[in-house]
Amino acid sequence: MEHIVIIGNGISGVTAARHIRKLSDKKITIVSSETDYFFSRTALMYVFMGHLTFEHTQPYENWFWKKNRINLKKGYVKNIDTTSKMLHFAKGDSLQYDKLIIATGSKPNKFGWPGQDLDGVMGMYHKQDLENLETYAPNNKICKRAVIVGGGLIGIELAEMLNSRNIPVTFLVRENSFWNMVLPKGESEMINRHIKNHHIDLRLGVNLKEIKANESGKVKSIVITETEEEIPCDVVGLTAGVSPNIDFIKESNIEIGRGIKVNHYLETNIPDVYAIGDCAEQHEPIGNRRPIEAVWYTGRMMGETVAQTICGNRIAYKPGHWFNSAKFLDIEYQTYGWVFANPKENHEHFHWKHEDDTKCITVEYNSNTKEFIGINTFGIRMRHEVFDRWLSDKKDIDFVMNHLSEANFDPEFYSTFEEDILSSYSFQLQTA
Amino acid sequence: MSHKINPSMSLVKPEANNLSTKQKISISLGIIGFFILILALLNTNFPNKGLFLTIALGLISVGTILFANDAYLTKLEGIKNDGVWFKSISSRGTLGWIAGIILTLFYIVLYFFEELLGQGVNGAANTGLISLFDPFSLLLSGRPASQWFVYGTLYTVAILIFGYKFMLKYRHNRYQQLRTASVMFFQLGFAFLIPEFMARLNESPDYNLPYYDLKSMWPLNYYLFDGWSLDGLLSSGNIGLALLIFGVVSIFVISPILTYKYGKRWYCSWVCGCGGLAETAGDSFRQLSSKKLSAWKLERWLIHTVLVFSVIMTVAMIYTYLGSDPNKFWLTKGTFLISAGAFLTLIFVLAMAFKRHELGTDARYGAIGYFIIIALLLTIHFLGTTTEVFFINSGNLRSAYGFYIGAIFSGVVGTGFYPILGNRVWCRFGCPMAAILGFQQRMFSKFRITTNGGQCISCGNCSTYCEMGIDVRSYAQKGENIVRSSCVGCGVCSAVCPRGVLKLENDSLKGRINSKEILLGNDVDLMDLINHK
Repeated sequence: MEHIVIIGNGISGVTAARHIRKLSDKKITIVSSETDYFFSRTALMYVFMGHLTFEHTQPYENWFWKKNRINLKKGYVKNIDTTSKMLHFAKGDSLQYDKLIIATGSKPNKFGWPGQDLDGVMGMYHKQDLENLETYAPNNKICKRAVIVGGGLIGIELAEMLNSRNIPVTFLVRENSFWNMVLPKGESEMINRHIKNHHIDLRLGVNLKEIKANESGKVKSIVITETEEEIPCDVVGLTAGVSPNIDFIKESNIEIGRGIKVNHYLETNIPDVYAIGDCAEQHEPIGNRRPIEAVWYTGRMMGETVAQTICGNRIAYKPGHWFNSAKFLDIEYQTYGWVFANPKENHEHFHWKHEDDTKCITVEYNSNTKEFIGINTFGIRMRHEVFDRWLSDKKDIDFVMNHLSEANFDPEFYSTFEEDILSSYSFQLQTA
Repeated sequence: MSHKINPSMSLVKPEANNLSTKQKISISLGIIGFFILILALLNTNFPNKGLFLTIALGLISVGTILFANDAYLTKLEGIKNDGVWFKSISSRGTLGWIAGIILTLFYIVLYFFEELLGQGVNGAANTGLISLFDPFSLLLSGRPASQWFVYGTLYTVAILIFGYKFMLKYRHNRYQQLRTASVMFFQLGFAFLIPEFMARLNESPDYNLPYYDLKSMWPLNYYLFDGWSLDGLLSSGNIGLALLIFGVVSIFVISPILTYKYGKRWYCSWVCGCGGLAETAGDSFRQLSSKKLSAWKLERWLIHTVLVFSVIMTVAMIYTYLGSDPNKFWLTKGTFLISAGAFLTLIFVLAMAFKRHELGTDARYGAIGYFIIIALLLTIHFLGTTTEVFFINSGNLRSAYGFYIGAIFSGVVGTGFYPILGNRVWCRFGCPMAAILGFQQRMFSKFRITTNGGQCISCGNCSTYCEMGIDVRSYAQKGENIVRSSCVGCGVCSAVCPRGVLKLENDSLKGRINSKEILLGNDVDLMDLINHK
């Protein structure tokens, strides 16, 4: 029986395993050094906040794996011998595979800051990071202030986590507005204000110079490059993005760049070795997508796809229309299609914001053809299925604005804003 | 350290969730209110009972309201579940167990030792706690209080004050606010005030109305077809007859129509008193319901067993009632039994004919249940006498139901165990009304919880906060709509979802259940290939 070994028990690897099991009787083994069972990484924050216990983040009960004949092995893969098709573990044991799927995800970026490896300095990605945070920031007596470095999705989640335990947070963001390399100005500035409303000390346009230690080697303060200001703190969260977690592959014959290089079939340069999820890097980016996509949904799609290939139906990874979601403290965010921070050439933005400063949308469209390119929505839920269809049908912006209520996904009895949005849109057309 | 012992994985219990000074003062006020009730329970003879009752209930209410104000109005609108699994009361900690034991003991005393509460027996005046409620009861119905009046008052106060708290907690969510206002209204008006005023009618010799909560439907109010209840209704002129007809129409006509249009939530989360208490006073315990597959299996066996029991018990009661005076009614006991059997057969045949493919293996269990009922009906028919069915007095059957189901299951376990098993234990495992509405919801309703394409991140908030123990995530992460007979449509899964994935909706029956292997967002050809196989 063919033995499929998957390194990594995150959403990508587990999705691949589940689909291979559905399609075949192959022997499947998932290897992980992080946890015994699959859990939802995006839910770790809720464990720290007390919304969930860690067990709640596990989507399948523990009997699921045995019942579906998916072997779980806890161990850290030290290197891969692709010639003999053998994995060697840190503890000295090894595992033979016939086909190998690498799905090892990401690790937090560190940019060589002085003091970045001190006690009390951590990323927020692995379960071990969460345990670390529990040690250094259990409450606001032990952690009198935390400093977060890097204004992305993980940074704001870490700020929310610490805020839930009334730990004062200073949030250092390199850009001069939160996440503005992705979000258009109006949205980004709305989130700036929302962060400050939560009493988070948001510092825009600043960089970390160094992290200082006390006599026992634990963080005691940080220094800001621009102002030389020293901020005393007990915890530093490094959340300046993530990069592929592939250090253990460097010794092998598998080709890597920033991530593991794959073609559209998710195949590496070595036969029978595949890479999916955050750790995979496309030779040729697909459409407007980045060559490395570190997103839950794309990891899942690659898992769905590679399972087909492994089970004899070789197909390319061909994601449909881009979509994503996040939550910025109390404000939910969804995006469908492409909305760039600044409109692409021949594109324009229509922006609407509610007066309560917690809801807004931005629509990107082609100013010549009026084709609808994408929408960002904050504080208003929208239907994935409807936007996916409109994008496939290449609807124009007039159609989308006139039919926006069809896409509304807010709970029943919520106030609706489509009329307000439409009249704002019509007004903007007249004055343009 | 094991996660079982310390779910937060923290070495030091997070202290940031300590109570504020205002919250401590609020709790103190509530405790003083409770202390007055306890003094009354210990037979303290208060001089002005009306005044002291007002002070006691007033302090409890003001304490809860001030607590809620400080807990929620000092923060921005949004999901307020911080620290739920760190707090002793809401994570089966010491406080949770203490609360569970006190509640359970209260229910045992309430159902079986009412004299301990001061219930006067054989016409004697009330003493103790119950006597404290006498002035209020006299004001409303003109009768002295009973243990049920005390219970009803406390129950209503709990729904009102914790309903207020719930509305503040979800002040960004209109659905939650409206349905909470609705259960508060129905509890105060339909379950509490109207029956008390109806008792006023009985001061006239023309009326002999039993306690009648207009919103409580058979089989939840299993006593509707008891001899004393039927006697009372039938001897109370047109009003009594109208109430009886309303009772029958509400279960056979009104409820199927509303459940078809809106799902069983119209009742369970908008009207019902049991649901009302669970959603308000019980809200802090919703995350404690078990989501295991084994719990779901137990749930299905238990709730349907209770349903079968209640149907048989009711049939036996009516059968005996009709048999007691054969010439009094146009309906004879034989005709009644045949109609009951025919009606069940009709439903069974329709479900099998139109929904067999949807039911799958459940069809077998449905068939077993159906044949058990028919066999029991036949037994009644051939072996029953005017007073006995299954060789026991049908009154005993009714008493057994009242004892095991009405008192032990719905009261002692159903509410007493809130802090241990979650707030919908009764609704999930026992309520025969929920079983009937659930059957309708699963088979024939426009209601579903829509999953938003591929947006689920499997975080587990929806499953954790589902009070009915539905593993909502297992559907959402497959892009599949949630169509479950047990769903009471509280809407909290949708509220706590951080990615806007879930929406409670009434839409067409077609495509309501939409199983998918490959989620929206991937290669269109692949989705077609796999999902339409």
